[in-house]
Amino acid sequence: MKNQHINPVEPYLRMDRMPHIWCPGCGIGIVVNCFVRALNQSGIDPDLVSIISGIGCTGRIAGYLKLDSFHTTHGRPIPFATGLKVARPELKVLVFSGEGDLVSIGGNHLIHAARRNSDIKVFCVNNFTYAMTGGQVGPTAPIHSIATTTPYGSYDRPFNLPFLADSTGAVYVARWTTYHVRQLTRSMVEAINKPGFCFVEIIAPCPTIYQRRNRLGDGLEAMRYYKRYSRVINGANTRMVGLELKGPIIVGKFIDRDRSTLLEAMNEEFSSKLGARYQPYPTGVVR
Amino acid sequence: MEQRLGLEASIAIAEVVCRCDVDIVAAYPITPQTHVVEHLSELVADGELDAAFVPVESEHSAMSVCCGTAAVGARTFTSTAAQGLALMHEILFIASALRLPIVMAVANRSLSGPISIWNDHSDVMTERDVGWVQIFAENAQEAADLTIWSFRLAEDRRVSLPVMVNFDGFILTHTIEPMLMPDKEMVQAFLPPWEPLLKLDVDEPISMGPVGIPDIYTETKQVQQHLLTQAYGPIVETLNEFAQHFKRTYKPIETYRSDDAEVLLCTMGALSETAMEVVDRRRKQGQKVGLVRIRLWRPFPFEDLYRAVGNVPVLGVMDRAISFGGPVGPVASEIKAAFYHREQRPKIVEFIAGLGGRDVPLSDFGRMFDSLYTTGETGKIPAPTIIGLRE
Ligand code: SF4
Repeated sequence: MKNQHINPVEPYLRMDRMPHIWCPGCGIGIVVNCFVRALNQSGIDPDLVSIISGIGCTGRIAGYLKLDSFHTTHGRPIPFATGLKVARPELKVLVFSGEGDLVSIGGNHLIHAARRNSDIKVFCVNNFTYAMTGGQVGPTAPIHSIATTTPYGSYDRPFNLPFLADSTGAVYVARWTTYHVRQLTRSMVEAINKPGFCFVEIIAPCPTIYQRRNRLGDGLEAMRYYKRYSRVINGANTRMVGLELKGPIIVGKFIDRDRSTLLEAMNEEFSSKLGARYQPYPTGVVR
Repeated sequence: MEQRLGLEASIAIAEVVCRCDVDIVAAYPITPQTHVVEHLSELVADGELDAAFVPVESEHSAMSVCCGTAAVGARTFTSTAAQGLALMHEILFIASALRLPIVMAVANRSLSGPISIWNDHSDVMTERDVGWVQIFAENAQEAADLTIWSFRLAEDRRVSLPVMVNFDGFILTHTIEPMLMPDKEMVQAFLPPWEPLLKLDVDEPISMGPVGIPDIYTETKQVQQHLLTQAYGPIVETLNEFAQHFKRTYKPIETYRSDDAEVLLCTMGALSETAMEVVDRRRKQGQKVGLVRIRLWRPFPFEDLYRAVGNVPVLGVMDRAISFGGPVGPVASEIKAAFYHREQRPKIVEFIAGLGGRDVPLSDFGRMFDSLYTTGETGKIPAPTIIGLRE
């Protein structure tokens, strides 16, 4: 970067699309910053990266990154990504979307992609509400949290996302908040470089909707809260990392294990049955 | 008793659904439908509506839940738009085939891609053949009134079919309009408690939704076609009863200054009101133009259409969706088909307008009327035209 005045993130952004739609204090911008730095650090050729996102505030990421991107329909980025990956195994296929997209309408895809160890990386921004449609109750909304469809507080048990990803078979599971920019960036690098289904949950403030409705203060207040109430426990039992309204947030790298990816498993099975007759399908995995 | 209020069509619908005393609301948020269900969830939470609100994880689940609740005899309401309606597609057929009288408000919006949250009719046109009664509102009053009426019709034992109330996204969903809001007594005097024709009941067990082998499938489809067509009678009857009760009249096909018209334009939904303004202006200038407004889309009111069009020589049809690679405008193609066997048939000119939230100002309607006069003078029917297309 010869020009000293350019923000190192800029070359990766579609500057013609700026200003972006995110609200002041929104955490999604921090996630984009961390991601671009992670991409730089991972040493991956950006031409081999593609970004898939769904619908929602986070889903807009696909439109702002100067990378091949696919802004899919609501809930479907994971199967779109799986399709992309099996057709072009040499690509790094990264999913960016919100919890309202990935674990609600797209929840079925998430658990099956994890089960099959589809070689895609999922960065799930969790802001506890359907922010783009105005703040209805979503699948991770903490009990008692206020949403437009739960005016006196939510009563549905929320998903504990690291536990969900872990129990359905993800090989890499981490959670950070937007306060933990270095750790988040490192986890993104690790996920990008690791074969198999990797899931990183990013707790991010939505000051306009979630924070405001629940009287949790602005974006800065959220950062103070994350700083104060987060506890780093790497390797924590994911069963124990569920979140509560105004409760502590356990962050860290929880799972890092290895097993065959979807395409590797297919090759292993067919090779064992067909022997030399079987021409292995390219997997894009270097082990 | 009715109260004069300023309400968004969305809130108006939620308020009347509350007065209809529904048992279940199952919905998933989608722009521009959100205000309907948000307000309903408030009414439930405030104890004003004694119902269960189920915030499901997708529209596919919403319609599935609705089928479950209606199957046991619970009065059921949901609302959606665009991609949400498309995601329900599979289950919409189930609701109608099982004769489950669900009422759904569809806040009409365009379908992706490109992603668009704005208004047109591509969502409902895609669901034309799902076997539901489908009706269109032009303003908040109509959206509320037709929602009340929908429960009455859907639950009529001669009908027992689901009903879709279409109201234009943003133009109606997010616009505050003056309207008359009936109170609960008035609504309930019109809408008696539902006595299901069929329901799942442990004391008298039935099976819903089993396999229809080739031996029986054809007959079930014939029955569905028969039922939906025959629903026309009860539709007119209950709309008349509605008129007696609420003093507001609705007809399957509405007209506006069409009696002595030289050319007619056929519209649907909220843009009809813009068109009326243009009709008034043109009439002042001495041009005898008029409107035919389709209110009832399914079952299609053929006879009403013939009556409304009469022997006017030129009829324009404004579509708010495209049937790709086909006859261009879905409404126009139906109307053409409807007139095909008639000896007296107008020249039909197709317009596509207002796709994906593109504004249709007065001047665009003016252009459409001009084109109709040109057709009348030259006898030449122009190719379907997209109005306001940037070249
Ligand atoms: S609504 Fe919330 S999540 Fe969406 S951009 Fe604004 S702050 Fe961010």
